[in-house]
Amino acid sequence: MTLSALQDIVHQTREARRKQVLPKLTPSERDTLIKKFHPDCREQAYRPLKFGPNKGQLTVRELAALLEGDSPVPYDLPLDPDHTVDVLVIGGGGAGCAAALHAHKAGAKVLLATKLRLADSNSVMAQGGMQIAVAPDDSPVQHFLDTLKGGHFKNDRQLLKVMVEEGPSIAQWLLELGVLFDRDTDGSLHVKKGGGSTKPRLVTCSDYTGLEIMRVLKDEVLNRQIQLLEFCAAVELLTNRDGVCTGAVLRDLDNKRFIVVAAKAVILATGGIGRLHIQGFPTSNHYGATGDGLALAYRAGAPLVHIDTFQYHPTGAVYPEQLVGALVTEGIRSEGGHLVNARGERFVNELDTRDVVSSSIIRECEEGRGIRTPTGRMGVWLDTPLLELEHGAGTLEKHFPAMVRQYERYGIDIRKDPVLIYPTLHYQNGGVQIDVNAETAVPNLFVAGEASGGLHGRNRLMGNSLLDLMVFGKRAGLTAAARAASNRQGVLTLQHLRRFREEAKRYGVTEQITSPVILPAYTRTQDS
Amino acid sequence: MSTSEFDTNKVLEQEENLQPKMVTVEIAGKPHRVPAGITLMKALWYTGHEVIRGAGCLGGFCGACGTYYRTKDDPRVKTCLACSFAVEDGMSFSFAPPFPARKAIYRMEELKDPKQDLFTLYPEAPLCRNCNACTEACPQAIDVREGVWRAVFGDFKAVSEMFMNCVMCGLCAPVCIADIAPNFVALYASRAQGVYFTEKPKGLAERIQAIADGRYDEEWNRILSMTDEELEQASASAA
Repeated sequence: MTLSALQDIVHQTREARRKQVLPKLTPSERDTLIKKFHPDCREQAYRPLKFGPNKGQLTVRELAALLEGDSPVPYDLPLDPDHTVDVLVIGGGGAGCAAALHAHKAGAKVLLATKLRLADSNSVMAQGGMQIAVAPDDSPVQHFLDTLKGGHFKNDRQLLKVMVEEGPSIAQWLLELGVLFDRDTDGSLHVKKGGGSTKPRLVTCSDYTGLEIMRVLKDEVLNRQIQLLEFCAAVELLTNRDGVCTGAVLRDLDNKRFIVVAAKAVILATGGIGRLHIQGFPTSNHYGATGDGLALAYRAGAPLVHIDTFQYHPTGAVYPEQLVGALVTEGIRSEGGHLVNARGERFVNELDTRDVVSSSIIRECEEGRGIRTPTGRMGVWLDTPLLELEHGAGTLEKHFPAMVRQYERYGIDIRKDPVLIYPTLHYQNGGVQIDVNAETAVPNLFVAGEASGGLHGRNRLMGNSLLDLMVFGKRAGLTAAARAASNRQGVLTLQHLRRFREEAKRYGVTEQITSPVILPAYTRTQDS
Repeated sequence: MSTSEFDTNKVLEQEENLQPKMVTVEIAGKPHRVPAGITLMKALWYTGHEVIRGAGCLGGFCGACGTYYRTKDDPRVKTCLACSFAVEDGMSFSFAPPFPARKAIYRMEELKDPKQDLFTLYPEAPLCRNCNACTEACPQAIDVREGVWRAVFGDFKAVSEMFMNCVMCGLCAPVCIADIAPNFVALYASRAQGVYFTEKPKGLAERIQAIADGRYDEEWNRILSMTDEELEQASASAA
């Protein structure tokens, strides 16, 4: 059968499917499905870490190699600082910008270093929106419960309470900066319902929420004239003799030189690890999502949490080939879009949590009910034309202009035809362990955003990452600025690196990659 | 994912894999053979180019990969985002170099008359000569020229709506004969629209106050003292 003949099955079954109601799974059904099909449950993809703060704990092989990898920095690197600042922010996405703006406002001298350009990040791609309990019939407590349930009750409750309670004031802050959220006719913030949530709670800027927020935050960082180092990747932290963080070593990607920064506090806002392509999965992540901050924090002695769980977004594009891995927003399912197998059947409640929906898609494909693309990939249908039927013609163009355009480029009209999707590596649920002020076990080292862990438990709820990075970016920025005001600059040493290298040797780890990897190795060489 | 992880025999009878067809493209003036249908960005990697500047989100949102291209026998040079545009035979392309356009520095909260202040911050904005090159250069199909005029005439609301999908690639700036950077003008107008000309959302301040006043404390105490099992029940009954 050709792809278009397979598509016809979707068209033919649409009317019948509309009447169907699929129940959400019970907790035990969920567990069974996930155990059998979720990529987190593939034992051969995991191994225990051989040394370091999380020694003995299981993680995916790709991350294990990164964490046990060796630094590109020689121990005898001269550590005369090229820059001396109060707060060094590493990373220029949502968390980095929020941290820099708040630290700057609190009076700190801030330097923001990022390995690509300011605002090149996953944040800029966030389409679905930001969960904030602003609706009259909603509450922070309900937001807390939904997140906890989504995270399989493994969430750090303190972090979570802080996040949901500070949500509304984050909305206020963004509005004051000029972010244009969608509104209802009476002027209140329009909220959409996201997967795994009991109430509509997603505040949005059409399907450009991240883009709108990041345009504004970047503009504000530039307006405040915060010192910037673009195309400078952090490759090692610096600590004093007591293991307190005192700065970082960067590498200028243009001239490959090391840059030494002395700082009274360092904030890692380096994001996630999608570009390590865990278990060979395609990813929705940006070019620089290689988990640099995880490796840096680990070498400096900060434990990580939930490093064995990743979020595979249910709806990554698998066709056409140019879009492989790119995200198809969850909003389509929020608005009633069906997931449909090759036989034209629905197979999961589309608004169940991401881990459940992803597992069920993988099940359909592994059990022979998937659709094969011309390039040999597998997927299932996402019935987009259904939205035009349910909510009137023009719905997709009005609410999902980014997606219409994304497919239009390749001659696919999502208003007329369904699209093929398969789970794509989207988010690292865990990360560096932090306290409510975003500080790690290494004093004066803060982590905010996707690089941090604990808050989301074992599965992040849609729309919680934008809020997470705003809340903990802010807290990191404010706490770091306060710390800088009362502390003196500590001495710069690489003692933690010497300890790390000694430990690697002690545990017989000799074959190490150079870590962080900074950018994925996509450039084809003559041998590949 | 590789197909080897699936039992393809179980799949409904489906069209066999297409063999990749190769096409010839010219990258920065040099001809290369690349598989048909891949993105310009993937063509760069495929042909051994190391990409540092010029790649960002790889999803069409960040504007890092603004690119000039020309198709076979067409004299017109057009623009696209290399991460989300496919190669075709005979195509010629190069990354657009970073363009040093001026962004005005302002304190959004201190503006007195944002619609007038536009002329102080961007005095070149009203000098548009209607050549429409900016609109032609926009890979997001925004009517950029119209947007600049709307900003000049103070219709900031229209500007904010027209530019919601602006990825700030800046390809509109180098083509402007009046030295306007339309994306910066639009961003200013859009932010001013949000700060000065949009009503405060109903209920938000009250919600912030309610949290500050501890209106949820009782519920918090109840919830936070629960065991995992009780919580599971509480969240199930709420759903």
